[in-house]
Amino acid sequence: MSGHTLLHIDGHLVRVKTGSSVAAALRLAGGGGMGVARTSVTGQSRAPFCGMGVCQECRVLVDGRRRLACQTVCAEGMRVETTE
Amino acid sequence: MNRIATDRCDVLVVGAGPAGMAAAVAAAPSGASIVVIDDNPAPGGQIWRDGPGAALPPAARKWREALAAHANIRVRSGTRIVAISAPGELLLEDADGATRMAWRKLVLCTGARELLLPFPGWTLPGVTGAGGLQALVKAGMPVDGERIVIAGSGPLLLAAAATARAAGAKVLRIAEQASFASVARFGASLARWPGKAAQAVGLADGGYRTSSRIVSVHGVAQVESVRLLQGGKETDIACDRVACGFGLTPNTQLGQLLGCALTPAGNGAQALSVDARQATSVPGIYAPGECTGFCGSEHALAQGSIAAHAAVGNERAAKALEGERARWNAFAAQLHRSFALAEDIRRMPQADTLVCRCEDVPFSALAACSGWTDAKLHRRCGMGACQGRVCGDAAQFLFGWTPPAPRPPLSPVRIATLAGLVEPDMADPVDARQ
Repeated sequence: MSGHTLLHIDGHLVRVKTGSSVAAALRLAGGGGMGVARTSVTGQSRAPFCGMGVCQECRVLVDGRRRLACQTVCAEGMRVETTE
Repeated sequence: MNRIATDRCDVLVVGAGPAGMAAAVAAAPSGASIVVIDDNPAPGGQIWRDGPGAALPPAARKWREALAAHANIRVRSGTRIVAISAPGELLLEDADGATRMAWRKLVLCTGARELLLPFPGWTLPGVTGAGGLQALVKAGMPVDGERIVIAGSGPLLLAAAATARAAGAKVLRIAEQASFASVARFGASLARWPGKAAQAVGLADGGYRTSSRIVSVHGVAQVESVRLLQGGKETDIACDRVACGFGLTPNTQLGQLLGCALTPAGNGAQALSVDARQATSVPGIYAPGECTGFCGSEHALAQGSIAAHAAVGNERAAKALEGERARWNAFAAQLHRSFALAEDIRRMPQADTLVCRCEDVPFSALAACSGWTDAKLHRRCGMGACQGRVCGDAAQFLFGWTPPAPRPPLSPVRIATLAGLVEPDMADPVDARQ
């Protein structure tokens, strides 16, 4: 798996290694952040935690549908929105 | 417009880790039609997870090729089980839509999840599970140049450290809660199981400390430092990331929903109960691998083969593998003894530490509850998106509460998929209201 994939995270263009998860792309977005995916019910920032589809902390909107960033592979032109 | 597809197979294998791959390959020569469903993007499970940051071992490649070599095995990756849509039928969802899948024999290879326990600061971005860190790195998350502290318990800490280092991270410390004597005994025993000796090399790691645990993680917007306790002394280490896991908990939800009986596993957790043929208490349903108790990939491969041979009626082949399985049973027992969690791990959370990460319920609110039902009804603990998979395990460990009985849907689901739970001729009108 060589080459790169371009996708949009909250409107910003992010370049990842082809085959990377959306969780990996979140880490590359947001200028040095640790991959914040959502805001909790009391307003805390949350990032990927369990890494394997259990905790739901990394839920985001991918092309308008709710998906887990850690279990979704980046595709060219994909639009990812972090969630409230 | 979503339509609910229908499909059927002789043997439905749920999970494409080592147990599921071995099950499908063992069942294939019978000529049965086999479907393997898995929620990750590619087969391999947690241990053989593929991705741009993964270096797949030869065994993983061999099993993947074996899966692909059989025309009667269909693999559906990126697919989750939502519910039981009818007797002998499961409702599945993938990125494109939903399917009602009818099965004759079911092999549950749902694996295990990491036991993630609360401590002050565990919700900060940059804190992950230990196996979680490994999974994220394999899937391409960059960690080059990051300063990482790994904590918790078990051999997975060393595996996570190796993966992080190979990706360019600086692993500053590995804090194992078990004692030096326990870990040394485990290390010495590894020579008895071929292929496991290499893992002992990690015990010589300069950053490895025993009888050491996390006190708290600190930072404003993300991880900035971690406080560790060792030998009665607290030490602060500046770092970018903390990975913390306390072993594994069997994924029993789907089995429970199907009515399969449970049996106690280590650390107060429960596993699916199986007999010598890996058959559960429900006729036609088999369970191999980590959903029956943590034991490692070799054990899971043997169990997966036994389950599939039994499912397709090849009792002799199932019997022939029992010796191999027994060998790895002994390994699992040694592992559980060596990394049993110390009493003071229960003292990690403080009054304001969130235990339920979905509903942000603090430890103090739960400590006042009489049990899981009270916590759920009055504090909304376990009512969020993870459906109590994280906080339920934590509450079981911290308070001894029986975890919530699983209810459908088993995972957050699109409304269109739920149309698959009504009669087929009703599905379209429900869809139309989307």
